[in-house]
Amino acid sequence: MISQSVLLTIVLAPLLAAILAGIAGKVIGRAGAHTVTIAGVGIAFGLSAYVLKLLLVDGAPIVNQTVYTWLVSDGIRMEVGFLVDNLSAMMMTVVTFVSLCVHVYTIGYMKDDPGYQRFFAYISLFTFSMLMLVMSNNFMQLFFGWEAVGVVSYLLIGFWYTRPSAIFANLKAFLVNRVGDFGFVLGIAGVAYYTGSLDYATVFNARDAIVANTMTIFPGVEWQAITVVCICLFVGAMGKSAQVPLHVWLPDSMEGPTPISALIHAATMVTAGIFMVARMSPLFELSETALSFVLVIGATTAFFMGLLGLVNNDIKRVVAYSTLSQLGYMTVALGVSAYAGALFHLMTHAFFKALLFLAAGSVIIGMHHEQDMRKMGGLKKYMPITYWTSAIGTLALIGFPGTSGFFSKDALIEAVHASHIPGATYAYWCVFLGVFITAFYSFRLVFMTFHGPERFREGAAHGSHDDHAAPPAAAAGHGHDAHGHGAVVAHAGAHDDHHAAVGHGHDDHAKAGDHGAAHGTGHDDHGHHGPVEPHESPWVVTLPLILLAIPSLFIGAVTIGPMLFGDYFNGVLFVSEEHNVLGHIGEEWHGPFQFIVHAMMQPPVYLAFAGWALAWFLYVKRPDLPAVIAGKFSVLYNLFAKKFYFDEIYQAVFAKGSVGLGTALWRVGDVAIIDGAAVNGSARAVGWLSGVMRRLQSGYLYHYAFAMIIGLSVLLAWYVLR
Amino acid sequence: MSTITWPILSVLMWLPIAGGVAMILLGDKSIALGRWVALITTAVTFGISTLLWTNFDTTTAAMQFVEERTWIPFFNSYYALGVDGFAMPLIVLTAFITPLVVIAGWSVIDKRPAQYYAAFLILEGLMIGVFSALDALLFYVLWEAMLIPMFIIIGIWGGPRRVYATIKFFLYTFLGSVLMLVSLIYMYLQTCDAGQCSYAIAEFQRLPLGLNEQLFIFVAFLAAFAVKVPMWPVHTWLPDAHVEAPTGGSVILAAIMLKMGGYGFLRFSLPITPDASDTLDWLVISLSLIGVVYIGFVALVQNDMKKLIAYSSIAHMGFVTLGSFLTFELMRVNSGDTTGAAMGIDGAMVQMISHGLISGAMFFCVGVLYDRVHSREISAYGGVVNTMPIFAAFMVLFGMANSGLPATSGFVGEFLVILASFRADFWYAFLAGLTLILGAAYTLWLVKRVVFGPVANHHVAELTDVNGRELLVLGVLALAVLGLGLWPAPLLDVMRPTVENLVQQITVSKL
Repeated sequence: MISQSVLLTIVLAPLLAAILAGIAGKVIGRAGAHTVTIAGVGIAFGLSAYVLKLLLVDGAPIVNQTVYTWLVSDGIRMEVGFLVDNLSAMMMTVVTFVSLCVHVYTIGYMKDDPGYQRFFAYISLFTFSMLMLVMSNNFMQLFFGWEAVGVVSYLLIGFWYTRPSAIFANLKAFLVNRVGDFGFVLGIAGVAYYTGSLDYATVFNARDAIVANTMTIFPGVEWQAITVVCICLFVGAMGKSAQVPLHVWLPDSMEGPTPISALIHAATMVTAGIFMVARMSPLFELSETALSFVLVIGATTAFFMGLLGLVNNDIKRVVAYSTLSQLGYMTVALGVSAYAGALFHLMTHAFFKALLFLAAGSVIIGMHHEQDMRKMGGLKKYMPITYWTSAIGTLALIGFPGTSGFFSKDALIEAVHASHIPGATYAYWCVFLGVFITAFYSFRLVFMTFHGPERFREGAAHGSHDDHAAPPAAAAGHGHDAHGHGAVVAHAGAHDDHHAAVGHGHDDHAKAGDHGAAHGTGHDDHGHHGPVEPHESPWVVTLPLILLAIPSLFIGAVTIGPMLFGDYFNGVLFVSEEHNVLGHIGEEWHGPFQFIVHAMMQPPVYLAFAGWALAWFLYVKRPDLPAVIAGKFSVLYNLFAKKFYFDEIYQAVFAKGSVGLGTALWRVGDVAIIDGAAVNGSARAVGWLSGVMRRLQSGYLYHYAFAMIIGLSVLLAWYVLR
Repeated sequence: MSTITWPILSVLMWLPIAGGVAMILLGDKSIALGRWVALITTAVTFGISTLLWTNFDTTTAAMQFVEERTWIPFFNSYYALGVDGFAMPLIVLTAFITPLVVIAGWSVIDKRPAQYYAAFLILEGLMIGVFSALDALLFYVLWEAMLIPMFIIIGIWGGPRRVYATIKFFLYTFLGSVLMLVSLIYMYLQTCDAGQCSYAIAEFQRLPLGLNEQLFIFVAFLAAFAVKVPMWPVHTWLPDAHVEAPTGGSVILAAIMLKMGGYGFLRFSLPITPDASDTLDWLVISLSLIGVVYIGFVALVQNDMKKLIAYSSIAHMGFVTLGSFLTFELMRVNSGDTTGAAMGIDGAMVQMISHGLISGAMFFCVGVLYDRVHSREISAYGGVVNTMPIFAAFMVLFGMANSGLPATSGFVGEFLVILASFRADFWYAFLAGLTLILGAAYTLWLVKRVVFGPVANHHVAELTDVNGRELLVLGVLALAVLGLGLWPAPLLDVMRPTVENLVQQITVSKL
């Protein structure tokens, strides 16, 4: 039996730690802050693993119970409660494990940052929110967790709040997510309407009530209610899991410190959308239209966002585009009803992508906060642990046979291949070609960073401190330039400030960011005043890398059997017979080794090798070629470098459009018409009328006498003549 | 049944008024004592109001703690007080907010402080009276009397354009309520039976009225309440009044006085004129939705912090009127089924209480900044977090609450109203749902420009973080916002019988 107190401890331990580190951060100090938060998330991880063991080994029954009643309105009971089955237990374990690694890593990464305690408070709060999301047994709490992780993400992207690019990025992230949430809330409202409940179990039991209904949204067009509801819910997932066209916030979220890029913007939060759709599989299965929609969106994201990774030079942004693309892969799996495949890829991706981000972070500290890969190279020699763990992560990402990513991605591609729902062919080509692109940009990163000549000496040859400070500023400026202009809601003034202030970069926040303490021990200032000399990171950084490298290598082979083709998700995921592609593939399942052998006879693996080889040729063998190619295909290059102009278009249409509309409504509607014409106008009318009437009361007796005589004569005339 | 045998509502109403009179008599010379008199009076009032909650019978829709005395025998008008599930939470809210206003003005108001506090104390008593009046004449007198202290607060302690603002405020609201008076008198005359007429609101609700009579009365009420809420397009007095009002005035205006309009719809319009409400609900719903969307965009482009929050208030109050008037459309669409109607009204009520807390808190936040920098312009700030980290944490919290974040009270009402309106019409939910985006956009953009970023100028560089007094006010409000967001069930439980009774009442035609 899984007791409720265990589950409560799992969620409350990180919350209490967050509150302690957040409110009493000054009192408990830096060591105190990281001790309590690591203890909190450590407890959560230990107990999550224990819960997983109870479910899998001891055969404990699934938990679905209420903690308290949030409210009752109109007969609909909304509760806070836990549903712990194999799906949530897997998510809980992955989330707390990655979170624990990131907590430890942060000790090293943020050691010079004045906001140390605040950072630990945020990431612990995030862990709490994410656990509430995955452990929920109802839509209301799901939405709570959903929004709470969004807020923490907002706070963390804007962690260095004096950087204009950071507070631009966090507002953008929140608002784009809100567009998704808008759809999500409508979906939840639809669920509540048709089933009269927000509780998962009740809703899934009553799903026939949704299917039986149609909705008329536009006059004359009847839509299946289930399709509308599922698409609305999926719009929420598009926001959170950064699917085209709501993907624009994720690359900018790299403004946040690297540990949270790993935890929030790669391993956990962004996969919440995938998790949600899988959780709702009993609903999505009933609408093939919704599934096709999911499929096409996912495929588009998987392929086209991967393309953008080809041309970026910021180490974190390349990994970010790869995350977008991989999230697209997961969404594709959802679209072909291979929910287990999506979740399996979610899990392996959580490990190897967190690893890649943390390794990138290790490079960034090793390079003294340089993020531009053009200024790196040859780091293999200086940072061996980071190099080898990165290599493992990269191999997993490209799907090198035997690694965890291989199993999840290959199974996923097979599943798309086997599917027959509308859009499956398009999706297949997207994910198929995506393999090549993934391999190319991943190894491009590895080669540019760790191999080749040591380019970092070029910029720092003069050895002055000023030169040393320049790269981060340049990187920040570059990042900003690439992602569009001005604030979300553009203001000419804000725009100029932006550029002026970007120059301060990291140095700025170190001084202004603190609340009086630790001046001069800025984020950027490691005390290295000479030329850049890369160094391997301390053990608190490399240990998490090693811990994540292990599952990146092996977890796929171990778990693919039960998760994809076994009964791990029995009773959790629902797949209708005609969509059951995984079951179809599973008929040929003879263990992981045969799976590898089989895959070696299929094209995707060779496509990955080809991408790897091309990256080697262009970035190791002939490093002069990329510039030539970029010049030859400048149209395409610019299209990728400008990220298909999404940012520019959104900025012009939505941001400027909203401000324009608001100004028009205000100036014309409120000021001119309502206040000007109606309110002050009637005041003037009254004033004018009184002015006229006042003349009647002139105070002169003869005026009155005259008026009386006229009046009297008119009356008399009327009386006489009628 | 309630176990309180003493006239608790009269005490709640007259205690602050007596305190206010005492303040005037004390004068400015002994203001140190006077401040404590004000604080203790309001704190005791709040303490007593919690007895209302704890002794409230949650199983009945009937009026509770009823008091009745003959007031004006000639008109057969009574001094009759009592509360149900609508009035009681609003009274507690009033009693909760006023002591905070007193604390917030503690060392800030130096111009005629005794009269300043007196105005707020008297206003509190009158507002509690409005919420508890069971006699329409008593209600009307208190409703109008309430304008006087607010008129004085803005007119004396207000900003440079206070005269324009007060006159606009007064005329707008007064014109609306005069029409209400006409219909109250009309109904009074209709109740006459054997020479005995009545101003009892309960009598009005029972009064059989023809459709044309109802339409006339409905429009008159709409004029009064729509101005008070305020609904688009009669909202333009609010931004002006807020901008000119002192912090305390803004807080009371936003937190309590706007609720009079929402309360009026629930107490008068819906039960007295159900058929007219049925006929004209499209008007109220359209104006509400226009309010949510149109005002959302207008709020986005404001340069003045107080104006922005004022516009955000109007948008949020749109949910109150939307939620209140869903019943009829629900019945039309779902062939007589009223499921969802109670949820809409629940949402409207929760939204009123929540907006009282959040808008109050937002105006306090602006007040904290204004007291230091003496500017309300957004562009005068930037990077406040660098010098006021604790304040910034509160501002972000309340900003999130204003954007309707779950776990804050701001989410509950909006969520319920969106859920209910989806049942009526997809597009209602769609337009109302836009507030998720717009609310976040105008609030968080404000937060970005004021709180985040590098230190913008020397004023910001010289800021000092919140003092103990400000911390107390903001902290108490933060606890309330989070408490109501994390566990709204008690509030819903208190209202349930009243809401269900109202739904039942308005679904029965008077024709």
